[in-house]
Amino acid sequence: MNRFWSLLFLCVPVLGMGAYLASYFDVWPMQSTWLPENVSVGGRTIDRLFNLIHLICAVIFVSTTTVLAVALWIYRSSNRQRASHVHSNTRLEIIWSIIPAGILIFLALYQYESWANDKIRRPMENGKPKPPTALIIAKQFGWEVYYPGLDGKLGTKDDIYVENELYVPENEDVVLQLESRDVIHSLFVPVLRIKQDIVPGMTHYCWFRAENADPNKNYEIACTELCGRGHYRMKGWLHIVPREQFDQVMLELGTARISTKLPTKE
Amino acid sequence: MVDEGHTVEIHHPPQRGGVLGFVTKYIFATDHKIIGIQFLFSTLIWFAIGGFLALAIRWQLAWPWSDMPIFGNWLFAAEGGQITPEFYSMLFTMHGTIMIFFVVIPVLAGAFGNFLIPLMIGADDMAFPKLNMLSYWFMWPAFILMTMSFFSPGYGPGAGWTAYPPLSVINDAIPGSGDAQSLWTLGLVFVGISSMLGSLNYMTTIIQMRAPGMTMFRMPMTVWALFITALLQAFALPVLTSALLMQLSDRELGTGFYLAEGLSANNATAVAGGGQPLLWQHLFWFYSHPAVYIMILPAMGFVSDILSCFSRKPLFGYRPMVFSICGIAGLGFIVWGHHMFISGMNPVLGLTFMVSTMLIALPSGVKVFNWLATLWGGKIQITSPLLFAAGFVAMFIIGGLSGIVMAATTVNQYVTETYFIVAHFHYVLFAGSVLGMFAGFYYWFPKMFGRMMNDTWGKVHFVMTFVFLNGTFFPMHFLGNRGFPRRYADPYQYEQFADLLPMNQFMTICAFGMAAAQLIFLINFFGCMFFGKRAEQNPWKANTLEWMADSPPPHGNFTTQPTIYRGPYEYSQPKRSDDYWPQFEP
Ligand SMILES: [Cu+2]
Ligand SMILES: [Cu+2]
Repeated sequence: MNRFWSLLFLCVPVLGMGAYLASYFDVWPMQSTWLPENVSVGGRTIDRLFNLIHLICAVIFVSTTTVLAVALWIYRSSNRQRASHVHSNTRLEIIWSIIPAGILIFLALYQYESWANDKIRRPMENGKPKPPTALIIAKQFGWEVYYPGLDGKLGTKDDIYVENELYVPENEDVVLQLESRDVIHSLFVPVLRIKQDIVPGMTHYCWFRAENADPNKNYEIACTELCGRGHYRMKGWLHIVPREQFDQVMLELGTARISTKLPTKE
Repeated sequence: MVDEGHTVEIHHPPQRGGVLGFVTKYIFATDHKIIGIQFLFSTLIWFAIGGFLALAIRWQLAWPWSDMPIFGNWLFAAEGGQITPEFYSMLFTMHGTIMIFFVVIPVLAGAFGNFLIPLMIGADDMAFPKLNMLSYWFMWPAFILMTMSFFSPGYGPGAGWTAYPPLSVINDAIPGSGDAQSLWTLGLVFVGISSMLGSLNYMTTIIQMRAPGMTMFRMPMTVWALFITALLQAFALPVLTSALLMQLSDRELGTGFYLAEGLSANNATAVAGGGQPLLWQHLFWFYSHPAVYIMILPAMGFVSDILSCFSRKPLFGYRPMVFSICGIAGLGFIVWGHHMFISGMNPVLGLTFMVSTMLIALPSGVKVFNWLATLWGGKIQITSPLLFAAGFVAMFIIGGLSGIVMAATTVNQYVTETYFIVAHFHYVLFAGSVLGMFAGFYYWFPKMFGRMMNDTWGKVHFVMTFVFLNGTFFPMHFLGNRGFPRRYADPYQYEQFADLLPMNQFMTICAFGMAAAQLIFLINFFGCMFFGKRAEQNPWKANTLEWMADSPPPHGNFTTQPTIYRGPYEYSQPKRSDDYWPQFEP
């Protein structure tokens, strides 16, 4: 009977790791449970970091949980006269403190670059921070998207306003200016690996560079900060298109003039 | 204190019979053991309520907008047995609040802390028995306010257990939320007062009332963990309490601590401004990150003691274990910002919080290695407490490792607010703290009630809980990989998440299995309280001091003054024929 328990605990590394491997290699029954499609440059780095951390964690997970199952097997009471009387082992303890410390410090330093590119170093243009491609104002429950229009400036008369539809040019740095009208929202685009909370009263910027996207595909934008009853259906659409098509769309929207005025902030 | 030798005064309470006797003994009790058991029963009731809420959440995620069988008409008759989006918000808000503030914290600190601390350090009671009684009775206003919030007109609180303003502060942000959010806030203030009184008592008792010979480094890990937990509570709670009072004042008095200038929601403009919504997040997480350790450290203490006892082997690395608890507690105060990487807080500050968060993985890792080394070379007796403790170790490994994934700033950006974080904290808090709590129940039940719990049914309870909890929570990691957001009443109206429905149905079935397993526990627990096998003084042949007292211990705990001769982990000492050597035996 004691062996049963050891085998039950052995299921943890076997099934846990099995599920992860099946997910990573897209095998039944775990197909398409790893990261979704990625269409941004920053996303590539994030995916690499994600896979690397998972690899390190997998090694620690399998080794420690296997040791637990093996200990339950070898040292079951029917198998043993008496337990060994050991209080500590300084050598061992130093080893298992220093190695994880090294790994953790490596991981901490390794991600600096990725975070700096994603959240600290805003793309530059002519020596100045690149102006936003669009202003997104989140509200209960939707996304107001404003484009600068012909003059290239936000907050002027020719601004273009669309609801829930975000167009961005491919293979270019895109900066978004984010604001909120009421409560905290969060802009989440899974295919770009981008997420940014939007706090009312604050102005946030987020940026990315899209690549290898399908211009005919509509990518979904979700809100990931609880914002009330309609939180789950605060959906927007992202269209990643080549530069020419982007200009074309702007021109069409500009003529259509769905709305001309940028609601002023009172 | 040790040298002076604190002596136990044996109390002889005036014997009262009849109703009055019952009231003084069991209701307005000042005996730490009765207070502990009061906490225990209250938390079990809330555990059941919180569990039902979880099942309703799982129901909606597996079969969205469908009539829920049996419970549906009973719980939400007004909606025709169906869950509405507002109701769904209320479900996860209340589930989180109840499980954290009414179950895990009060059962670990309140029930076990009260029951065990005096017994394990050789004191006759807590330092302040009346304060102790108050700490339990301050839970009742909290219980009542939370119930009122639950049943208040409208949909109840729906801002999540984290209650981020402005959503939680502007009345019209959640139409129909009515007074529920204010009652919720006030309820938590009372929980805070209760915990504060408790933690003062624990610290004083542990510092002042240890029996002769019980030096700090002869205390069992359980006492160390409860001591550090009390310290954490004492330092973190005032911050939460003031944050809650500010939120209450923003809601009811029209102040603007958390409101930016000129804000409006749902066409209603907030009167005051000049505040910052992020201020709440800082204050809230300054408490709520240490709260994670308040909820896990005591369980770690139980697990250390239980693993050592049932492997009949000294706890491996006792001092490093103590220092790692202290390390976790200290670092625990400077990591709160990892909840706010993408909140709009300065991203450079995010990096500092990332480094401290990575560092906190180190003492946690040391604890895991020490537990494994404790089992290694032992003579492992498979009993219900041991299984739950070993289950805790396995599950804590998973929860700890997913914590490293969460701590990596840009990866956090992708997986935060998705089911990945839900997986992470359920592995820490359910598969960790709650398994630790069960280990504690099975282990100390004989001391609490003088009878043994049925071991076979305990093992059945363990297998079912263990299998179904992994069936429920493990797939959440994969949902998170796909970016599946949490707190969505209906995620499937996103094309990219529609294919994840079958996985969610599997998880829900497992969740119902997990709930069924808890019925076995309840029957075993309450059945054995009356019909279990009578327990001896020291049924597990354990070393610690509580096993010197009778089962259950009388008022005043010990019939003779205990003296402590050695540390708590002298198992299988080669000089002795017995494989244990209690702390209280010369
Ligand atoms: Cu939202
Ligand atoms: Cu935290």
